[in-house]
Amino acid sequence: MSTDTYAYYPGCTLHATAKEYDVSTRAVCEKMGIGLEELKDWTCCGASSAHTTNEALAIALPARDLRTAEKMGKPLAVACALCFNRLKVTEHELAADKAKLEAVKALVGNDYGNTTEVVHLLQILYDRRNTMAVSRPLKGLKVASYYGCMLVRPHEITKFDDPENPQMMDRLMVALGAQPLEWDFKTACCGASLPLTRRDILLKLSHRILAQAQQLGADCLAVACPMCQFNLDMYQQAINQEFSAKINMPILYFTQLAGLAMGLSPKALDLAKHIIDPLPMLEKKGLA
Amino acid sequence: MATGAAVTPSPVSDLRSFVEKQSHQHILDCYQCGKCSAGCPIDYAMDLGPRQIMRYIQMGLKKEVMQSNTIWLCVACETCSSRCPAKIDIAKVMESLRILAATEGSPAAEKNIDLFHRTFLNTIRQYGRAHEFSLAVAYTLKSRNIFGNLGAAQTMFTKGKLVIMPPKVGGASWVKTVFSKAGSTGPDVSAAVKTEGRH
Repeated sequence: MSTDTYAYYPGCTLHATAKEYDVSTRAVCEKMGIGLEELKDWTCCGASSAHTTNEALAIALPARDLRTAEKMGKPLAVACALCFNRLKVTEHELAADKAKLEAVKALVGNDYGNTTEVVHLLQILYDRRNTMAVSRPLKGLKVASYYGCMLVRPHEITKFDDPENPQMMDRLMVALGAQPLEWDFKTACCGASLPLTRRDILLKLSHRILAQAQQLGADCLAVACPMCQFNLDMYQQAINQEFSAKINMPILYFTQLAGLAMGLSPKALDLAKHIIDPLPMLEKKGLA
Repeated sequence: MATGAAVTPSPVSDLRSFVEKQSHQHILDCYQCGKCSAGCPIDYAMDLGPRQIMRYIQMGLKKEVMQSNTIWLCVACETCSSRCPAKIDIAKVMESLRILAATEGSPAAEKNIDLFHRTFLNTIRQYGRAHEFSLAVAYTLKSRNIFGNLGAAQTMFTKGKLVIMPPKVGGASWVKTVFSKAGSTGPDVSAAVKTEGRH
């Protein structure tokens, strides 16, 4: 809580399909006086593919980045929920198994002590929600907070909020002046890594999330995971076709909503990157 | 069973002890309450639900488990694990079954999902970081589903979300080395299977 400089791990997606998450994260942190020092030469955490096929890779890949942060002597801030999950799992497994830690040290460097504290950006903003300089409260904005899977589960490892009914993003939205909705799909799976392989499943899973948000009158979804954002945003038109639905739901990162409330411009938050354009809705509400 | 033909005489202890060793989960703690299947968002598309997979492992029905599409469709959302009253991390069990499939080279019931993960890892091996464009191109060519993904690629390109050039990273050579080491002698994975196979 007292720390205001973090080592920062963007992760691969934030340099590509989720650029706007990286841009808005940096903009918001700058506005709040939180320092982010990007890890030098960071490499991929292995994401969902490594731990499905090879345990050694699934542990060694994140450990290298954990070691870099450890050497910087700062807690590690992570925005991507998937990276956050893999880094936390690695830290947990290495703490529980000495032999595994030794094997990993041989790969990443013998000076590695597994002491890096991994913190998600949502936690960082949540902890400071009462001291944020909100200059343009998100008045009248109904937000469905969507946490997805990777932040809250496995709870014993991520120790993040509540695995069934988390509240942190909702409370952050209240602090920003928005109106969070009570709904059922906060931690329901969006279809994860299936868009290229079993799109039918992805469409079905994402549809039920979007459909309830629409039914409850949500103006947008707030998300904390680039994979969720991609699935819910990119495939919304396909979902409308498949299920004869008429959904037009902007999917915004919580960092973008925080930035708007702190008076940052849509451009500074890269709002134009989304497939479902949030600007008409935001302009109508006088928020952009 | 009192009468009738014997259950498939597959190596009972093999599968269960492999899974227990790999996942550190107690398979016999499962008392078949079905909470995992009830909460699984993909259960409807699986030929064996998570509860059935747990039972089949208890019974040592290796062939049936390894041929099911379940182990590939599971996206590790961990809903089952977080709700299991016996505190079994069922997603971790699924993971250990995929690791077993990779180790034994058994054919995947969902070939494209297997292909996707392999292709994804290949791009990491190559560049040190994931590169969505290379992944999408390689996967699309190998899966021969060129037109299915064209629309999404076009949208991403116009939105400036597609980075064409692969990343250049200082840690890339380290990643290559780790891939080759982990491929043959992972900290404990491959070794576990070899010893279990001798029964």
